[in-house]
Amino acid sequence: MSEAVLTHGIDKSILSSSGQSLSLESEDICINVNDLKLSYGEKSALHGITMPIPRKRVTAFIGPSGCGKSTLLRCFNRMNDLIDNVNTEGQINIDGDDIYHPDIDVSALRRRVGMVFQRPNPFPKSIYENVAYGLRLQGIKQRHVLDEAVEQSLKGAALWNEVKDRLHESALGLSGGQQQRLVIARAIAIKPEVLLLDEPASALDPISTLKIEELIYELKSEYTIVIVTHNMQQAARVSDYTAFMYMGDLIEFGATDTLFTNPKEKQTEDYITGRYG
Amino acid sequence: MIDNFKNWFKSGTPWIWLNAGAVSISLLLVIGILGMIMVRGMGHFWIADVYNMQYDEGDGNPRVVIGEFVESAEVPDELYKEVEGKNKPAGLEKVERWLIKSGNRDQASADFQWIYAHNIQKQTAPDNLIKLERLEWGNFYGYLNDVQENEKVVASSEHAWDELNTRFHRVLEIREKLEVLEKNKIGSINYGLERLRLQKRKLELEKEDTPDNLNKIKAEAQAFNNEYDILIKELTILRNEISRDSANFTISSGKVVNIPLKLMVSIIKPNELSTLSKLGHYILNFYNFIFDDPREANTEGGVFPAIFGTVMMVILMSILVTPFGVIAALYLREYAKQGAVIRIIRIAVNNLAGVPSIVYGVFGLGFFVYFLGGNIDQLFYPEALPAPTFGTPGLIWASLTLALLTVPVVIVSTEEGLARIPRNLREGSLALGATKIETLWYVVLPMTSPAIMTGLILAVARAAGEVAPLMLVGVVKLAPQLPLDDNFPFLHMDRKFMHLGFHIFDVGFQSPNVEAARPLVYATAFLLVLVIVLLNLSAIMLRNRLREKYKALDA
Repeated sequence: MSEAVLTHGIDKSILSSSGQSLSLESEDICINVNDLKLSYGEKSALHGITMPIPRKRVTAFIGPSGCGKSTLLRCFNRMNDLIDNVNTEGQINIDGDDIYHPDIDVSALRRRVGMVFQRPNPFPKSIYENVAYGLRLQGIKQRHVLDEAVEQSLKGAALWNEVKDRLHESALGLSGGQQQRLVIARAIAIKPEVLLLDEPASALDPISTLKIEELIYELKSEYTIVIVTHNMQQAARVSDYTAFMYMGDLIEFGATDTLFTNPKEKQTEDYITGRYG
Repeated sequence: MIDNFKNWFKSGTPWIWLNAGAVSISLLLVIGILGMIMVRGMGHFWIADVYNMQYDEGDGNPRVVIGEFVESAEVPDELYKEVEGKNKPAGLEKVERWLIKSGNRDQASADFQWIYAHNIQKQTAPDNLIKLERLEWGNFYGYLNDVQENEKVVASSEHAWDELNTRFHRVLEIREKLEVLEKNKIGSINYGLERLRLQKRKLELEKEDTPDNLNKIKAEAQAFNNEYDILIKELTILRNEISRDSANFTISSGKVVNIPLKLMVSIIKPNELSTLSKLGHYILNFYNFIFDDPREANTEGGVFPAIFGTVMMVILMSILVTPFGVIAALYLREYAKQGAVIRIIRIAVNNLAGVPSIVYGVFGLGFFVYFLGGNIDQLFYPEALPAPTFGTPGLIWASLTLALLTVPVVIVSTEEGLARIPRNLREGSLALGATKIETLWYVVLPMTSPAIMTGLILAVARAAGEVAPLMLVGVVKLAPQLPLDDNFPFLHMDRKFMHLGFHIFDVGFQSPNVEAARPLVYATAFLLVLVIVLLNLSAIMLRNRLREKYKALDA
């Protein structure tokens, strides 16, 4: 590999080559974060984040451990509400709705904003029931509707061919990578607008990781995807936009190619070249 | 040498020996207890040989003793001298005395007697000796003379035995019919009449005793009475039928005794039986012990009502304690704000498990029976007053008291189960738009079910063996009816019931016939252990199946 294609240690050829260069100004914005501050009790975790997240694009959050990228992600579906002593200030608008408004129905919000976690967390039920879970919660009982949705979702998550003959076996019998794709199928079964992925491949082997990444590429045509990752190669491979965070601050946010090849901030450059992190 | 010892000590070997020793001793104790209970209890059902012994105490009054050998004991020389007023016979190393079960309580004063082994002159086990089990007066031993129908001899000498058997089977058939008639049919009528009486009283209390209503009740009562008259006629016929035959026996004193066949429960010639047929009788005896009602102040017959009551109460207790404990644990773990108050509540719950059970009995009597039951009677059963319906010890109160006694273990183990559910599973459900209660119901609780079952297993183990509080809140020596029968509403939770644990106490220590009762104590204890083991095993099997189903992810 020649020097020319390597920039700051990242193989440039893996950067998503959508042809045209992306720019935030020309994007349709789905999520708008405005001066978001969050603290766990006395400890401040996010100090004033402001950023737009474009629709039907993959936005990656990178940064060293404890920089607040997962915390920020979990703000989008108000998962942080589950933790005691969390204080949130500022606004997050999804399609113009302030999701921290007191009148907002959190369950409805979470149906709009799906989430996939670091470790695969299928329920100890059958594959079918896992995918149908969200639909059943909405009171859908008709067999054919469920069958249809399960098939579509599993196909959408590129898992259908592997499990179509054992839909009623326990989901716990699947491999880690399959489980993670099942969880994605479960999330897309209820047709969210936004899909939050919290280090979805960090517990998986390289082949499973590759499959998940391919899947993310497929899914972005329908969903606004926000992904948190430790792995910069992965961010470079799958995302259109990348945000670099450090110690609760958003240091730099921009198109992935630009951020990796020509970072504006010194901290970003240091991080992606492996000087700390 | 000392170094060697030090090294040996350091190596941990003595520690392993100590541990292994402790385990072995515990194991031996358990096996010993079970073994003793089993041997003593199960030996009771074996058909022992019956001996005919010529016995002479040297007082010029030789007699015959007929009976089963029970046990032998050595008599110290001094004691022998003191009691008998003479030295032990010359040439005898030690004086031995035998306990003989000679039955015939209606003829002699006691059905057990001690005799000196050295006074037995001749001991035989004749084939034609007959052992009768009777409905009254315990066992009977004697020689059959003849069989009579309406006091006329129909068979004697060698034909008598076959004739007795044929006629005894006829008696058994009639007795079965009588039982159905007396217990089920007439029992139902009495139950119905009592219900009508209460209905009438209720109408009177509510001032709605219009002639119309009263006539309706009267008509229903008349229908019952008509049915009763018919049944009574049938009953009289059957009773005459069953009293038709009797048999004459010669007993050890040479006296001839007439025994009606209707009093006989079983007739056998024990000495004639082969080992194989003895085995058959053994199984039959054990079966009867489990499935028969007790007779003669619980010293004879079976323990079925006690087994039924024990199982029934444990099941009812489980049904009451599980939702109660699970809901309490859910609140404590999932909803309540963790803090000083919850910590104090938790300590209180744990301490509740240490309160002596009799205290629960007193509480159950005071609160459940008198307060709750009394108020239920005032509100819903005023027609039966002053006779209490629920305001008296009964199955439901016993179950509730035991549920209260065991609720701490269910709470504690459910809480532990809830704490073990991986956080990411809850989040997975919440992220799909489920509310907290939906997440608990569809994801968390099913996964907690093995832990809930563990709590229930501990609760069952404790509740099934508990006796002291039950004596205050519902257990009786002899319950005339089972708490479950074919009269509406089928499950009678206000009834008193029998319990194996209390049965052991009652038979062992409240019985008029200690010798006869002793083996029953062991047999009942063995059954109690068996029932608890079975209840526990079924709960454990259920838990293992649930565990397999909800095998937790490696979090």
